[in-house]
Amino acid sequence: MKFRGTGKKAEDLRLNMTAMIDIVFQLLVFFILTFKVTAMETDFDISMPLQNSSSSVTDVIPKLIEVTLRANADRDIAAIEVSDGISFQQFNEGEIFRSLTDYVERAISTEGDPSSASETEVEFVIDSKLRYKFSVMAIEAVSGRKLADGSVKTLIEQIKFRNPGGFE
Amino acid sequence: MRFTREKHEILEADMTPMIDMTFQLIAFFMLVINFSKVDQAEEIQLPKSDIAKPIKEMDLYTITLNLDQDGSVIHQGQRINDIAAIGSLLQREIHAKQRLGAKTMDEIVAIIRAHEDAETGEVQKLINKCQENELETFRLRVQENK
Repeated sequence: MKFRGTGKKAEDLRLNMTAMIDIVFQLLVFFILTFKVTAMETDFDISMPLQNSSSSVTDVIPKLIEVTLRANADRDIAAIEVSDGISFQQFNEGEIFRSLTDYVERAISTEGDPSSASETEVEFVIDSKLRYKFSVMAIEAVSGRKLADGSVKTLIEQIKFRNPGGFE
Repeated sequence: MRFTREKHEILEADMTPMIDMTFQLIAFFMLVINFSKVDQAEEIQLPKSDIAKPIKEMDLYTITLNLDQDGSVIHQGQRINDIAAIGSLLQREIHAKQRLGAKTMDEIVAIIRAHEDAETGEVQKLINKCQENELETFRLRVQENK
C-alpha cells in the first residue's frame, strides 16, 4: 500500500504572533495601571427598624444594656456609662473599651445560657460631638472579643442607636 | 574586489515563555481588579477595627453613602454639603433598586462609610435620614486592622 504525501517535505507552519502579543501587552499595561493595593474593608451590621413598625409584638422582651459614650472638649472619649436598668457603672480611666467588653461578657454569662447572646440588645447613646472612630471602638467592644488565637468570640449582635443626633 | 555574499538567516527568538508569563500576569491582574470601588470616595479615612466580620456575601442592593469629616455626604463622586438635602437622592436610589428587583425595603442595604474623625452625631443624622426614607438595614464600614 502506498501512502500519499509521506515522502513530502513537511512544511514549517508558523503563526504570526505579533498581533496577539500586542494586544496581550495592552491588556497587561491596562491591568497594571488600574491595580491598586487597598486595605480590606469589613462591616458592622446595624439593624434599625422604624419605631412605628410592629416589631414590638415579639414574645420575648430582650435584655437591654444601655451604653452612654461621653466626649471631652477635644471630641475624644471621656467616659463610658453602662446601665442594664438595675445597676449603673461608669468607666473613665484605663482601658475603658476593655472594661466595656468585660462588662458585656459578664452580663451575658450571668444569663446562664451562652447562646443567649443574641437576645441581649445594646443601645448606644452617644455624645454627638464624639469622633466616629470612638463610636466604632465601642461598637467593636460590645460586639466581640478577639481571643489570643486570633478567633473572635461574639458577644452582642443586636446593636441600636438612640436619639439620632445624640444629646448636646 | 570581491564581496562574498553571506547567507542571511531569519533569527527568531522563542516567544513561548514570555507569552506564558504575560498571560499569567494578565490572569492575576484580572482576578484582583475590583470595579466596585466607584462608590468609594478616596478621601474617607475609615476607622480601623480588629473584629468586624469580613464581607461574606455581597448584598444585592446597596446604597453607599460616604460621610466626610466636615459632615458632607459623598455619593458616587457627588458631594452634598447638607445631610438634610439627601432625601431626594435616597428616593432616587431606592426607586432605582426597586426597578432592579428589590421587593422589600430590608433587601436594600445602606452602607455607611464615615470618616474616622467625623462627628458621631452626623453619622446618626445620616442614619436617621435613611430611616425617614424607610431604609432599615445598615452596615458601618470599617477598615481591617493589620
